[in-house]
Amino acid sequence: MLKRNIQNMMKAENISKFRELGLLVFIIILTVAVQIRNPRFLTVSNLTNMITNTAILSILAVGMMLVIITRGIDLSIGATLALSGMISALTVSANPDMHPILVILIGILVGTVCGLIVGVLVGKAGILPIIASLGMMNVFRGLTFMVSGGSWVSAHQMPDSFQSISTSKVMGINTLVFIAIVIYIIFYYFINHTRTGRQIYAVGSNPDSAKISGINIDKILIMVYGIMGSLAGLSGVLWVSKFASAQGDTAMGYELNVIAACVLGGVSIAGGSGKISGIILGSLLLGILHNALPLLLISPFWQQAIQGFIILGAVLINVLVKRNAERKNLVRRNI
Amino acid sequence: MEKRIITNKKQFDIKSFFLQWEWMLVLIFILINIMNANFSPYYLNTNNLLNATMAFLDKAFIVLPMAFVIIMGDIDISVGSTVALSAVVMAVLYNAGLPMGLAMMICLLVGATCGFINGFLITKYKELSAVIVTLATMTIYRGIAYVILENQASGGFPMWFSYLGWGYVGKIPFMLIAFAICAVIYGLLLHKTTFGRRVFAIGNNDTASRFSGVEVDKIKIIVFTLAGLMASVTALFLTSRMGSTRPNVAMGYELDVIAMVVLGGVSTAGGKGRMIGTILSIFIIGFLRYGLGLINTSAQVLLIIIGMLLIFSVMIPNIKFKKRKKAKEA
Repeated sequence: MLKRNIQNMMKAENISKFRELGLLVFIIILTVAVQIRNPRFLTVSNLTNMITNTAILSILAVGMMLVIITRGIDLSIGATLALSGMISALTVSANPDMHPILVILIGILVGTVCGLIVGVLVGKAGILPIIASLGMMNVFRGLTFMVSGGSWVSAHQMPDSFQSISTSKVMGINTLVFIAIVIYIIFYYFINHTRTGRQIYAVGSNPDSAKISGINIDKILIMVYGIMGSLAGLSGVLWVSKFASAQGDTAMGYELNVIAACVLGGVSIAGGSGKISGIILGSLLLGILHNALPLLLISPFWQQAIQGFIILGAVLINVLVKRNAERKNLVRRNI
Repeated sequence: MEKRIITNKKQFDIKSFFLQWEWMLVLIFILINIMNANFSPYYLNTNNLLNATMAFLDKAFIVLPMAFVIIMGDIDISVGSTVALSAVVMAVLYNAGLPMGLAMMICLLVGATCGFINGFLITKYKELSAVIVTLATMTIYRGIAYVILENQASGGFPMWFSYLGWGYVGKIPFMLIAFAICAVIYGLLLHKTTFGRRVFAIGNNDTASRFSGVEVDKIKIIVFTLAGLMASVTALFLTSRMGSTRPNVAMGYELDVIAMVVLGGVSTAGGKGRMIGTILSIFIIGFLRYGLGLINTSAQVLLIIIGMLLIFSVMIPNIKFKKRKKAKEA
């Protein structure tokens, strides 16, 4: 019995590896195909450009993965990003001498507060994540318009020190990419090697048994949404610094891209599973698509539809692979 | 989870009769009207009020089937995109030379197909939640609308088409009459037919209903198809009111619609809700918007108010339920 369980577990491990391998192969095929059509794709400048563009998406995907692991979903992050970006942009345009790190902290603070509000609504009040985040999305978006009075903060109102957050380099790597790498390392350690991190998985894979084994589910949920919010806040500052403008409708609908990156990376919507390496690949795939479609001279109006089909395809393949594995397991049990 | 026993006749109890969510809605409705009447002397005017309904009734058509979807314990966030896609297809076909009547029929067909695809995917791949399926199709439908029309507007419809959104029968807007007819049909369907009872049964316990011989998949597909169909009805009225259409119309309608259904007392856990509450909440949100518009409240403040309303209307029954559960455990 035990032996069989271990066998099954190994089987499951193989499948998740196979998934990532499949994703990697797909990315390579895509890269080669695009390269053949347009040799400018695999140039250093284009690749740097692409990775820098993907950095913010991949930072958000980390938080979204945690939320999805707990069987939740957070649709409010686009609005949280806009709100924290707007508040930090307004602050920095009022005090141009402010140190960029302080601005980033302000952004993170705003984002954390937003995330905690959603977390309390989900964890304490027991509202479905989709409803809670949908409602708060409206509230945050409205607040963004209100604090800015409907106007934009544009490049000439921002000091150079702030704009250089996204263009400067740390240890030879673009700061955005550097921040993303640091976040990936921290969260890799956090979800794999700390008790709280493992508890997130426990809550997602079976809330009832997690509760019985003494995990404080409410606390974990609030924490997860708080982390999501703080990452969205950080991304807000980075976003505003990168595009050098803060608008009321910044990142509208961006939450869909983030969820897509997670789903592509093999994070199961049913909760309980998801890996850091998966979402790196997922974000990268989306990044390549965004970068490659214009290079292939595909009309930008096709982008949304293609992205939708890819998300749907990814979740469907996920289901089919899982079903196949279960069927094989059943066959083995009969023998 | 709360289990409800389905009985044919309930005992009439005065206290529980007046403690229903619907009376709360009636109260909110009256309060909003009093508030609005105080805000603006122009508010309490039958003609104005009737005209005001035309501004918000377009999305009300989706609210009716959405109540079914949420009672089943599912959710459909692709309806806004379905509105855009079916409106765009209709406009493009009409401008390509098709007669308007045929274009309208195809508009309805496109909407129903979109809904059917949602329902098919959700029932065929049960591991996927409705959230993720409709999230994907939401992107796809909107994306196809963009592919068809890029970022242009398409219009130039015949004169009679504007009657849908702007016409009157006597003094009553045509749209209000159309909505009333639909509301009665959907209300009867939900509360007076086997189909409706089965929708409740699925929402209460999907597995148990399957084992008691309810064709769960078939009913789910029908309900999602209805949601798509009504989204295309909304597309007709919306296009008629605006005179032209773009791929980015009806952005965020799904949120408004879900907010109305949830405010109407339909439980997001499934299996609970009534059509009358949903219809009341359409008018509550509609008149709230109209009244706040009369005193020049900005659209952003409205966004916040609707978001809060959504959160609170879900929270209040949850807290009540938690208290009862705690009392039971104690």
